[in-house]
Amino acid sequence: MKQAEQPGSVGEGLKQRGITRREFLKFCTAMTAMLALPPAMASVMAEAISKARRQSVIWLSFQECTGCTESITRSHSPTLENLIFDLISLDYHHTLQAASGAAAEHARELAMKGNEGKYLLIVDGSIPLGNPGYSTIAGISNYDMLLETARGAAAIVAVGTCATYGGLPKADPNPTGAVSVGDIIKDKPIINVPGCPPIPVVMTGVLAHFLTFGNIPELDALGRPKSFYGETIHDRCYRRPFYDQGKFAQTFDDEAARKGWCLFKLGCKGPVTYNACATTKWNDGTSFPIQSGHGCIGCSEPNFWDAGPLYKALSMPVSATAAMLGGAAAAGAAAGVAITWHNRSTKAAAKAAHEKVTVQELMREEK
Amino acid sequence: MNHLDLLTFARGSALNWALIIFVAGVALRLFEIFGLGRKADLARPRTDSPGSGWRTIVTRSLPPEGMLKREPVTYIGGFVFHIGLFVAIFFFAPHIEFFRSMTGLGWPSLSSALVDASVVAAIVALAVLLAHRLNHPVKRLLSTFGDYLAWTLALLPLLTGYMAYHHLMLEYTLMLAMHLFSVELLLALLPFTKLFHTFSVFISRWYNGDIFGRKGVAS
Ligand code: SF4
Repeated sequence: MKQAEQPGSVGEGLKQRGITRREFLKFCTAMTAMLALPPAMASVMAEAISKARRQSVIWLSFQECTGCTESITRSHSPTLENLIFDLISLDYHHTLQAASGAAAEHARELAMKGNEGKYLLIVDGSIPLGNPGYSTIAGISNYDMLLETARGAAAIVAVGTCATYGGLPKADPNPTGAVSVGDIIKDKPIINVPGCPPIPVVMTGVLAHFLTFGNIPELDALGRPKSFYGETIHDRCYRRPFYDQGKFAQTFDDEAARKGWCLFKLGCKGPVTYNACATTKWNDGTSFPIQSGHGCIGCSEPNFWDAGPLYKALSMPVSATAAMLGGAAAAGAAAGVAITWHNRSTKAAAKAAHEKVTVQELMREEK
Repeated sequence: MNHLDLLTFARGSALNWALIIFVAGVALRLFEIFGLGRKADLARPRTDSPGSGWRTIVTRSLPPEGMLKREPVTYIGGFVFHIGLFVAIFFFAPHIEFFRSMTGLGWPSLSSALVDASVVAAIVALAVLLAHRLNHPVKRLLSTFGDYLAWTLALLPLLTGYMAYHHLMLEYTLMLAMHLFSVELLLALLPFTKLFHTFSVFISRWYNGDIFGRKGVAS
């Protein structure tokens, strides 16, 4: 961020907003740490981002609850994290933009044409395949709008569990035939940022990475950035020592819960949930669900809604009941009785068929 | 199907079927065994030895004099394995939650580190016992497919549980699903393999003790 900034560059924008290089570097240092990059990368990132033109971003919202947008707008203003949104050019976002109707759609078309092949497409919400009429924007079905907008995108960031894996709309019985972005788009790099909603700093971190390197961060098998989704909540949970010592809360308000013991027995899904909540936390690092006394519900995992009851411990059966076992025991006993009856009648028949051999008969045979 | 879906299936329908086969199978086998019956023994007992059956349950569970020296691997390995397995099944907190959800009964758990140690002991014991079985000419001769099957069925849940806990080989969620599948395999086959001794061992020890008591060879 040196002297003369390119017009339209991020650096210029920062200067206009009175952000000092020191403040900006601090932000970049936090980001590099978050992205698990070497510390030296902070200045490289600062340099790259300040030189970069404001990245054109088109944000499409499909079958969603706006929670993802709510989350990202709380990436803690007035801290610098929030600024990343002043640093990008959010050309279309129908909740945040002022324009509406035809003008809004026009803005999207303009951005697509003006930044062909370069814009970043962010999607939240799932796409209904059951009937195009289930969800439309300006008379365009979600499916058509996604295909059209994805065509010229440099990369796609699917934010929220709906866009990444189908989320709530896809939960059994999936009435709208909801699918994820990755189910439809196969020929573009897609970064999945799941969570219901995702952590704001994870969203901004992914954007910072894209602005710095012009490519997407290293992803895991489910398309998630490894730096944020590399470990389970359980492995990073501050209540973990209690889990290992076998100290558990049995109810939400017992003595153990007040002491902050492990929430496994109350249904915590932390052991099978990959996310950064336990380390980055929420609301400017204030807390996260487990810290506030509620187990993790596993909201960033695919199909978590259908992964058994939220308040049943992970090691409990999803649907087995004692009555079911009683029925099985009765059926087994009945089969056992039938076999016994069969065995006994075979024995009785053998006994009845048994003929006594007399000594005379044996002697006759010998001759 | 992603890993969590697989785990949900393992905790859901797969577990239900395994439990149904297990419970029905155990009931069936017990009825079948008891249903065989015995001819009434009309002879007067040789010795008057009340409780011989019950005593035998205890005495047969301990090595007779001199045998511990002659067969240390069999005895010590056997005890270590069975105790380790017992601790792992009944004293690991998540397992107790399983039993609590099915029966309503709960009891205190041991720390993960202790359970972990007993699992390692059980796995090592199983390995040693297999090596011994293969190297011991008499044991090898006596071993059938059923023995090796029982060994494998017992090992898999221990191994997958250990690997899941320590994040070895496979991703945790997937390994946890594998752990459940291995337990389900064990449950479904237990009533129909040598592993049924879980239920029949003390019954047969009692019967042996009692019948021999009557014949004058009291325990
Ligand atoms: S509260 Fe949840 S994530 Fe934390 S240690 Fe317990 S089970 Fe693991």
